[in-house]
Amino acid sequence: MYVSVKGGEKAINNAHSWLSEIRRGDVNIAELNIKQISEQLTLSVDRVMSEGSLYDKDLSALAIKQSRGDLIEAIFLMRAYRTTLPRIGSSKPIETSKMLCLRRISATFKDIPGKQKLGPTFDYTHRLLDFKLLADGEYEKAKIEKYDDKEIPHVLSFLNKEGLIQKEIPSGKTSKDITRNPINFPLTRSERLQSLSRGDEGFLLGLAYSTQRGYARNHAFVGELRTGYVEVQFEIPELGIEINIADVMFTECESVNQFKGSKKIPAQFTRGYGLVFGQLERKAISMALVDRSMRWKEFGEEYLGVAAQNEEFVISHCDNIQATGFLEHIKLPHYVDFQAELDLVRKIREEYNKNEQRT
Amino acid sequence: MQNESRKQWLSYLATADENYLISLWDNLNMKIEYNWLRKPEIGSIMVQGKAGATGDNFNVGEVTITRCSLNLDKKIQGHGYVQGRNKYKSKIAALCDALMQTEKKEIIKRNIIDKLIKYKNNKRNEILSKTEATKVDFFTLVRGEDK
Repeated sequence: MYVSVKGGEKAINNAHSWLSEIRRGDVNIAELNIKQISEQLTLSVDRVMSEGSLYDKDLSALAIKQSRGDLIEAIFLMRAYRTTLPRIGSSKPIETSKMLCLRRISATFKDIPGKQKLGPTFDYTHRLLDFKLLADGEYEKAKIEKYDDKEIPHVLSFLNKEGLIQKEIPSGKTSKDITRNPINFPLTRSERLQSLSRGDEGFLLGLAYSTQRGYARNHAFVGELRTGYVEVQFEIPELGIEINIADVMFTECESVNQFKGSKKIPAQFTRGYGLVFGQLERKAISMALVDRSMRWKEFGEEYLGVAAQNEEFVISHCDNIQATGFLEHIKLPHYVDFQAELDLVRKIREEYNKNEQRT
Repeated sequence: MQNESRKQWLSYLATADENYLISLWDNLNMKIEYNWLRKPEIGSIMVQGKAGATGDNFNVGEVTITRCSLNLDKKIQGHGYVQGRNKYKSKIAALCDALMQTEKKEIIKRNIIDKLIKYKNNKRNEILSKTEATKVDFFTLVRGEDK
């Protein structure tokens, strides 16, 4: 039962004023501007766009500033704004094989057409704090080299040719938009992928890790990981002409998993898929592993009753805005609810005490 | 044929860096009479991906878009569908789209579209050449037991 609570207006207004002041911090320190955030805290900006499910760097930076750097709060702001936007339409499916890659690696094949390219990665850094960043504004410039401007094919397409890996063929089913239609289990894989792509990085990381530790028996390799810009194509309704309406950065991960074969399918490798806005590889890899573990039914695998196989569990809990909304609402006034509970407990105790006295 | 080139200029206008496009347009100092068919409005489009890069479509998330439509002399229509939330960028795109269908085509092509193409190509080259510099040749070592 929810009964509204009145009063507290002045306290709330004053709380907002203090929030505004504390967000600004020490006024002797220069104020952060949105461009500084979008240029220098790019991975925070990417995370807010990915889980906010809206690709717009300036808005994301604004949300981060407004939320004092609380990324879930920032994601909340993005989601709320997103709901106010009229939906102009839907893009053509993107072609990630035509990505302008900043980075492209494979952990399973070392010699691949298009080669391995590390890009701007933390991977081989020593994770030592760099005290130079405290002192001056110096930075190293990126090196450049001559290149061939050739399309970089997906690594797994080579395994495909040998028939060693399960193929991803369109089923012809149309994908429902989970932001516009109620979720009904069981879901299609498309619906699951949409949920995962906007799901909480930490939650998906934990679940993906659980599959690696044995809760779903799925040993995954990163078949390919790539980050870069993809052209988004959209048909202008007035003209019937398809244009490149937006350039969007994505990270894509294709996992390769061992598969012993089942009654339905001979032994071959199977795959999981991760695709997210921005340069978020931890999230893309996690998404691929969790996608794969939820495909057990499709491959005729055994259901082991673990969390990462259970789509109802995963999809119902991966959205951090739903989760935090429900979690955080319990700190708001629940006086009437609680009053009723209090009365109930008192009554039970009264009866208990009466019984105690009788015996 | 007309559609192919229109597709090209609309694409470069849509994905242009907004500050760059605005500076190019403002430098031209053109005074154009037009009527709104649709004033600039901000919205979104849903971006679709493909499961496993080749399978079923799925919704990845939305991207902000601004669009407007106008006409010149009640005849030639221009449409400004652009990435982001900049209404002025959208209006410039619509004006350029319309003017590309008039005798002013050459001015717009030379001073705006060609420059947008060059700007985007430079960006692309920059990324490709930096990415190339991080190309790596991993090699595996033979272990003792394999001998």
